[in-house]
Amino acid sequence: MIRTEELLLNVGPQHPSTHGVFRIIVKLDGEVIIEATPVMGYLHRGTEKLAEDLSYTQIIPYTDRMDYVSAMTNNYVLVHAVETMMELAVPERAEYLRLVVMELQRIASHLVWWGTYLLDIGAMSPFLYAFRDRETIVNLFNELCGARLTYNYMRVGGVKWDASDAWLDKVRDFIPYMEKKLIEYDKLVSGNEIFLARIRGVGAYDAKTAIDYGLSGANLRCTGVDWDIRRAKPYSLYDRFDFDIPLGTNGDCYDRYLIRLEEIRQSLRILTQALQQFPSGGETMGKVPRVIRPPAGEVYVSIESPRGEIGCHIVSKGKQEPYRLKFRRPSFVNLQILPKLLVGETMTNLITILGGIDIVVGEVDC
Amino acid sequence: MSEEKERPSEQAGTEAKQETEAHTADSPPEAPKDPEVVEKNESSAAHETKPSAAPVDPEREAKLKAAAEARAARAAAKAAAEGGQPSAPDATAAPVDPEREAKLKAAAEARAARAAAKAAAEGGTPGGTSASAGETPAEPKAPSPKQPELDELLVHLRTQVGDSAVEEASINELNGHMPMLTVRPEQWLAAAQTLRSTDGGTFDYLRNVSGVDYETHLEVVYHLVSLVTKREATIKVKTNREQPSVPSVTPIWATANWNEREIYDLLGVAFPGHPDLRRIMMPDDWVGHPLRKDYVSLDSEV
Repeated sequence: MIRTEELLLNVGPQHPSTHGVFRIIVKLDGEVIIEATPVMGYLHRGTEKLAEDLSYTQIIPYTDRMDYVSAMTNNYVLVHAVETMMELAVPERAEYLRLVVMELQRIASHLVWWGTYLLDIGAMSPFLYAFRDRETIVNLFNELCGARLTYNYMRVGGVKWDASDAWLDKVRDFIPYMEKKLIEYDKLVSGNEIFLARIRGVGAYDAKTAIDYGLSGANLRCTGVDWDIRRAKPYSLYDRFDFDIPLGTNGDCYDRYLIRLEEIRQSLRILTQALQQFPSGGETMGKVPRVIRPPAGEVYVSIESPRGEIGCHIVSKGKQEPYRLKFRRPSFVNLQILPKLLVGETMTNLITILGGIDIVVGEVDC
Repeated sequence: MSEEKERPSEQAGTEAKQETEAHTADSPPEAPKDPEVVEKNESSAAHETKPSAAPVDPEREAKLKAAAEARAARAAAKAAAEGGQPSAPDATAAPVDPEREAKLKAAAEARAARAAAKAAAEGGTPGGTSASAGETPAEPKAPSPKQPELDELLVHLRTQVGDSAVEEASINELNGHMPMLTVRPEQWLAAAQTLRSTDGGTFDYLRNVSGVDYETHLEVVYHLVSLVTKREATIKVKTNREQPSVPSVTPIWATANWNEREIYDLLGVAFPGHPDLRRIMMPDDWVGHPLRKDYVSLDSEV
């Protein structure tokens, strides 16, 4: 019998596997975690407070910096909330453009996750492949709106920049390319025995727990709960497309992995249909008042970001700045289950489980 | 980058406007001033009347009063002669043509009769819900499609928790006709349990918890959805600013845990029953709650 001593270990805030400045204090018995306490706030910039002094158009760049791996969906949730309040109509072409960039963003975000997750658990080369393919999307965004990460692309009532036909053709070319690469990814990693040993059955929970903890995105669907806001409460043009919502059964890290890969495939399906339906001409900005002043009242809207349900709660007093702006950040909510999952796990599984949740610390801290 | 360069110029016009608006519409600094201003006016008025009242002799005052009465009587007599109506003080202001008035009156009566007949016809038809029609006469608009949902929720909470549990209930039309209820803090825990545990339409998923500082009071807003029926509801709980306290719903929805910590941190609302109420975003030794409207930031540049 080996006598073990309790050990307090500080993970982060500057640790590559915490995906940003996130810290966990773990109490260890040998290699087994007895207790885990997440500490956050290192990246808290007070976005919600700052927003109270800014006009809605000025807030859009701040949303880019919340979940910086998926800036397009953040842009969308804000402008969508304001448009809902003001009952603004968005031109068809603008809405298609938004949808195309959001789905491209979902793919790019899942690629970042796929690459870094495998890097976390010890596989170096998938990271290189993932970032190579993500680069194509980032370049497309760069061409469209002049930025690689923080796009500031959407506006209340439309989008800032129109896409050329050449750009749309590049997106068309990207779809078969990515489909081919996905097969490669599966061959390279998905059936790998070492990989399976690391993640199968790790960090599992049931549907009841997932709902209780308010998990969303792949974290919820891995337990078999069929809840994707694109389907459950369709926004934008999602009711016009045919796509599947991948579901898991075991609620473990492996199911979350498979769901995210499948979501890339489904996003490609949506993109194919969107580009077929893409209107040949038209405006990219709707009729919007010069000064954006939503009527007094409040609104909560939410959309499906790559990480789950991202929501925006605006309280307006009829001025051009929001009285109160609150973001429901999926990373923040999803991370709550971490201390519960870690109890009884080994230190190596800490990285597997944390990576499997897929957080972006800019969004956790906001 | 080009975009960022462009933005200031885009905003320049609106910013100027914003400044002027800030002067006119900025309520918080003005609000406390108002009572003072009123008080000042009152006290100055008192000062004026007091000295003027002193030198007046009672005889002169009586004469003035009598003259005023006589004037009023004359005017009334004139009006009676003109309009044929006894001494209506308004009648002197606008010379009224009795014929026209009679016509107007007749028209109004006819309108009322028509409306009554219509109401009677509606109420009299078999299956017509005269009770519900009687309940919502104030709304000229068509009832919201979500009205039945709200009514059902309201009845449910009142029977399960208590008649006084719901302070206000409305439909938030801005938000796609979302049912919105304000629950009393004392009964919020019981109400939350009811909302969660009901069979069928259970609100199993707590999407979001927000805190709002309304300057007169604080409010915690819960956005609920049922993953089964897809029904949504917004629940608000109001609390005072001095000793803000709202019972924690973490035992009911585990997801409330960090959300409540965030509201405690940024707005200072206490959540009795919370397992671990600590600051979450700000450092533990931080003073004040940044999202309060009267919070003075450390650095004025920010």
